[in-house]
Amino acid sequence: MTMHTLSVLVENKPGVLARVSGLFSRRGFNIGSLAVGETENPDVSRITIVVNADSSPLEQVTKQLNKLVNIIKIVELDPQVSVARELLLVKVRADRSARGQVLETVNLFRARVVDVAPETLTVEATGTPDKLAALLRDLEAFGIKEMVQSGTVAIGRGSRSITAGPALRAA
Amino acid sequence: MTRPTPETLANSARRARAAVEAPRDVDRPRPAATPTVPAVRTPVPAPAQVSGAGSLVRSLEALGVEVIFGIPGGAILPAYDPLYDSTVRHILVRHEQGAGHAATGYAQATGRVGVCVATSGPGATNLVTPIADAYMDSVPLVAITGQVARPSIGTDAFQEADIQGITLPITKHNFLVQSAEELPRVLAEAFHLAATGRPGPVLVDIPKDVLQASTVFAWPPTLDLPGYRPTLHPHGKQIREAARLMAIARRPVLYVGGGVLKAGATDGLRQLAELTGIPVVTTLMALGAFPDSHPQHLGMPGMHGTVAAVYGLQKADLIIALGARFDDRVTGQLDSFAPDAAVVHADIDPAEIGKNRHADVPIVGDARHVIDELVGAVTVEQSAGHRPDLDDWWSQLQELRKRYPLGYDDPADGTLSPQYVLRRLGEIVGPEAVYVAGVGQHQMWASQFISYEKPRTWLNSGGLGTMGYAVPAAMGAKVGRPETVVWGIDGDGCFQMTSQELATCALEGIPVKIAVINNGNLGMVRQWQALFYGERYSNTELGTHKHRIPDFVKLAEALGCVGLRCETAEDVDRTIATAMSINDAPVVIDFVVGKDAMVWPMVAAGTSNDEIMFARGVRPVFDEDEV
Repeated sequence: MTMHTLSVLVENKPGVLARVSGLFSRRGFNIGSLAVGETENPDVSRITIVVNADSSPLEQVTKQLNKLVNIIKIVELDPQVSVARELLLVKVRADRSARGQVLETVNLFRARVVDVAPETLTVEATGTPDKLAALLRDLEAFGIKEMVQSGTVAIGRGSRSITAGPALRAA
Repeated sequence: MTRPTPETLANSARRARAAVEAPRDVDRPRPAATPTVPAVRTPVPAPAQVSGAGSLVRSLEALGVEVIFGIPGGAILPAYDPLYDSTVRHILVRHEQGAGHAATGYAQATGRVGVCVATSGPGATNLVTPIADAYMDSVPLVAITGQVARPSIGTDAFQEADIQGITLPITKHNFLVQSAEELPRVLAEAFHLAATGRPGPVLVDIPKDVLQASTVFAWPPTLDLPGYRPTLHPHGKQIREAARLMAIARRPVLYVGGGVLKAGATDGLRQLAELTGIPVVTTLMALGAFPDSHPQHLGMPGMHGTVAAVYGLQKADLIIALGARFDDRVTGQLDSFAPDAAVVHADIDPAEIGKNRHADVPIVGDARHVIDELVGAVTVEQSAGHRPDLDDWWSQLQELRKRYPLGYDDPADGTLSPQYVLRRLGEIVGPEAVYVAGVGQHQMWASQFISYEKPRTWLNSGGLGTMGYAVPAAMGAKVGRPETVVWGIDGDGCFQMTSQELATCALEGIPVKIAVINNGNLGMVRQWQALFYGERYSNTELGTHKHRIPDFVKLAEALGCVGLRCETAEDVDRTIATAMSINDAPVVIDFVVGKDAMVWPMVAAGTSNDEIMFARGVRPVFDEDEV
């Protein structure tokens, strides 16, 4: 099974997320991560879904998603030609003795410190899921007190864009 | 014998007026799928200041709705006031489940959108079963429910239920109306969604304060469905590839599903079948799409299909699936289904293609367009001299047909044979009538022993298998086609789930006829207990034989119907004739039949179609027919 990133344009209406997530659960698909936000068009939201599935079940879930009336367009983003990012906030144990080493790790990963307390540092990092996993592995040595991670957001490389297109002109 | 009530007579007069109208074309084409405003039958009303409820009722009128089935209650009550003066006929049912199945029966019999109405909370949840039923069988249904007022939503208010959330997985789409201004557009969208593409149920939930609000009703609205674009026209390249395979296949089968009926493609199907000479099987949802009496018809495939139809699919080298979905009741164990067949799969729903069985030639499109274009492409192939020799294939199939016809033995204990009852019913009543079955043994026997020659003459609950479907669905079918004889065929178990709607039929002047195939048991469950559970009949005896509780004749009479009973083969014809002679009241016949009759042939659940049993302990011999 491989990870697939679906960029799903939906009508910005109440309950659409419930329709999408409900469809995944009742058809037996697991959502790896999910991120929802507005797009350049306020009538349209984008849901970025990472799914762990073989290609044939993925085709089925894509077709089922396409049947949802509020879904305008679904594009699978090829990792080779797209940029995918996650956001990580992590609170690391960093007393006086460890603080220097923690800051070194933070700098190595081009992350940054967003809050300082006597015993901890809170670190913000963005990057690919792989990079964030590596950062976390290094920070674990110092002791992670708390962490929160966003879903993946992704966008295709190049000048072409995924928009609702002429379909939404009626809106 | 029940006398017609004043209401019956009033409704007879209303029906008589309706009969003067132009004859209905039940195979009417569905509206085009482009999001334009649906056809308006009544004159376009001028914008007017109305309540939300008034806007709802006017929208229904503008959409050409002639009848709705429902029950009023608190949250939906504002809608019932303008309904009192409306041209829309409201039929007051006894249970919301009856409203839903009646709307489904109406839709299945006429091809139009069926409409049911309920109040919030329990009214709405009682619609859940018929909505799920309509979803599984792709029935164009619009369910309108009242909801508590907007400020009360989410507070666990009296009779509040999140029906939009509850019906998310069982509707094609659903709406919670946020303002009275939206009502005409939302209703037009609901009807458009229900009727176009792959049809299905759409629920419109309307808060009480929206119904009470003041608004301007303006028609027609502009539909706003940017994400809804069903594909109607198939890809030419795929059609040509399908025709090419049809021209070289040696053992092809046309596997016809309910989509062909819904698309009104039955004439085209016959043309395609006769042009190619390919054998046809019609699924439970497609009975009537191709005449049972046609020499190319092998019968129904699947768990209780004919040996020839099951074998035909199983040994095929090419399956052309038209508006069918490779349901588990057809394929049996999927891994061993039709192992040597290439598959052409045409469906209007792209998600059906490749869902259960890989499609070598996927075709997305409306069955009518698909079939018409296939006829053209096959003609081109044939004029190039590509016409396969199907003689060997046909001789194998004919041999199987001859050796393993549908049949039954009369019960050894001298009881009445249920198969005989249904065979005689079909022969006496004929192919013009509409037959509406419940779910179970009687449904399978009705599918096997009545001959269906025309589209929309066989209604049943196929996908969901909803016991209790028959009586309300027959009521809806009769309302939609009042000049047609409508027979409900029910079991004693099913009948007791929804028989209350016979009171509706009696009072509203809807003279359906119901044949209760009463074997005193939950017959299909009992059959499985006999075959797979060592004849341990746990909780399947209903007491309708042993104790005659209820007495169906007395029950029928109590519900304002004529009740008849038939217990011997000699009485069958006479009893059916009596029922046929009564047209001013619903009729119920209690056919008291033997409890041990079984449905054969049978492919046991989860096993391969190769394991089909012709009768108990009798497996057809296939091997010597191997090609």
